[in-house]
Amino acid sequence: MKVKNLLKAALRSLAKNKMRTFLTMLGIIIGVASVIAMLAIGEGSKQSIQAQISTLGTNVLMIFPQASSSGGVRMEAGSSQKMTIEDVTAISDRCPSVAYVTPQVRTSGQLVNGNMNWRTSVYGVYPNYFEIRNLKLMSGNLFTLSDDRSATKVCVIGQTVVNNLFGANTDPTGSYIRINKIPFKIVGITEKKGQNAFGQDQDDMVFAPFSTVQKRIMAITFIQSMLASATTEALIPAASREITDVLKAKHNLGPSEDPDFTIRTQTDIATAATATSGILTILLATIASISLLVGGIGIMNIMLVSVTERTREIGIRMSVGARGRDVLLQFLIEALLISLLGGFIGVTLGVLVSQLIANILSWPVTITIPSILMSFLFSSAIGIFFGWYPARKAAGLNPIDALRYE
Amino acid sequence: MHRKCKGVGQAAGEDIKMDTTIVSVKSLVKTYKMGDVEVHALRGVNVDIMKDDFVAIMGKSGSGKSTFMNILGCLDIPTRGKYYLDGVDVSSLSRDELANLRNRKIGFVFQSFNLLSRTSALENVELPLMYNKKISSHEMHERSMKALEAVGLADRAHHFPNQLSGGEQQRVAIARSLVNDPVVILADEPTGNLDTRTSLEVMAIFQKLNQKGITVVIVTHEPDIAAFTKQNITFRDGRIIKAIAVDKPRNAMNELASMPAVTDEEDEL
Repeated sequence: MKVKNLLKAALRSLAKNKMRTFLTMLGIIIGVASVIAMLAIGEGSKQSIQAQISTLGTNVLMIFPQASSSGGVRMEAGSSQKMTIEDVTAISDRCPSVAYVTPQVRTSGQLVNGNMNWRTSVYGVYPNYFEIRNLKLMSGNLFTLSDDRSATKVCVIGQTVVNNLFGANTDPTGSYIRINKIPFKIVGITEKKGQNAFGQDQDDMVFAPFSTVQKRIMAITFIQSMLASATTEALIPAASREITDVLKAKHNLGPSEDPDFTIRTQTDIATAATATSGILTILLATIASISLLVGGIGIMNIMLVSVTERTREIGIRMSVGARGRDVLLQFLIEALLISLLGGFIGVTLGVLVSQLIANILSWPVTITIPSILMSFLFSSAIGIFFGWYPARKAAGLNPIDALRYE
Repeated sequence: MHRKCKGVGQAAGEDIKMDTTIVSVKSLVKTYKMGDVEVHALRGVNVDIMKDDFVAIMGKSGSGKSTFMNILGCLDIPTRGKYYLDGVDVSSLSRDELANLRNRKIGFVFQSFNLLSRTSALENVELPLMYNKKISSHEMHERSMKALEAVGLADRAHHFPNQLSGGEQQRVAIARSLVNDPVVILADEPTGNLDTRTSLEVMAIFQKLNQKGITVVIVTHEPDIAAFTKQNITFRDGRIIKAIAVDKPRNAMNELASMPAVTDEEDEL
């Protein structure tokens, strides 16, 4: 039988039982719609986590010294004092995959402005720290490398610090504050960044030139950690290897010896976080797929009823020359039509529901084309899979028995 | 037991040409198993049916005539024996080949019409052609309309079976059986569900088709109906007990004309 006639016959028999066809389709519609919606929610949350993580700066490598130990008593991670400013110079000179590298020291400082005071973290960094962390200034200017060389007492402060020392909606650029009793000139205010993925307020920070913090506030000679960025995200592993080689050579460690430092990359953190949301997505999609499966069983059930009900019709068709495969195809196409039509309505409904979730609950929702294609493919596969058995049963009927069936 | 059933037109045919034999059945046996009991529906039947013949197969219920028809129609396969349809040995064919044979060479008419409901008369007639890939939609339509014209129902082409009287439904079924230009039309009690008048109408159509050169075989238990045919074969207990040529077949057309006229309303009933 020609495809056109097959489709016509299938549509007619589906139209004959509109309510039944609709109810059968409903299983597929709900299944597909929930798969689409669940995948959209999962993908949305994954992307929002990724977006949050990238606020920490992309391509970032963090280099910490290993824990120190004195007389067998091991100290906390990063407490080793072996990392120096020469290591930074060596990395910036000899690692081609590293775009920027900055030393970093961090201390707590009591900040005072007039009768207001505030305690927060004070970071000593190079100006290129702002490039690495993708930090921008809202007003004023950054301190410079010459500020660092002369250990000038200037600083850039975050919005939370401004609010606590000067009050909201003020621009204290040019004003002076005291950090641990040392006066610092505020040269710039960082743009508001909010909390990062781990709940840390990224605006509650003070940045000053590295030497200023190291020498004037902390009075130490080593550096606590380094922050570097690779030229591209793809070069992060290369940068990590180069840094390892340079630092090992600098610290007189052989290639087989364990390094006395650790490198952590942004991707490590991002991978861990997205893996969590990935598991969530899979879980949601699995639950939704089960409803799709149940919808498929619904199709099989109805097709079986339909075959029994239409045994006589099958007999008539066979008596005028329909072969087994003609009958098989006819029932298979009916099952396929139900599932495809259901799939189509389901996709539409799924997209609508996702938008509704986005609008009403303001959850991050992202509908991807692959998830739509997959739902379509999956639902038509279900149509064929669950339509096969009833169609086979119809095709295998004996014409004479089918004609006699009452 | 081997009987030759020759058409009246070929009464003198001692030397029958093989190419005029449409149906040739030799020692046909059909046995059903009903649980442990074996039912012998046919116990060795030999029949030859020539081209242009019009045969009535008679017998009481259980005589094996329906089983015989089903085998002739390639709907059922014999347990033993040979069946040649238009020179083709049917006994050795596969399911698909049998389906093709039904599609190309046989037209079947049933007692209960067996039309597809909610499908127009025209589409019912088109059904056999749909399973023939060689025929275009245009040709399909044309041939179906012609078949409907042949049974006088061209004006009812777009009616559904439930809008047609029993007689009209049977005529649609006959149109369906002849649309594929079969070598033989087989009708299993075609008048069994019809009143006298419509039975006559149906027999008139069969006679007309037969005059045009189509071989027709009908099963009936009514001697009145059998009298319209050229050849009567009687079955009993799975065997042919009698095969006679009808002396002067009745003419359905003439009898219809001599019947009192009925109004259309009554006809619809």
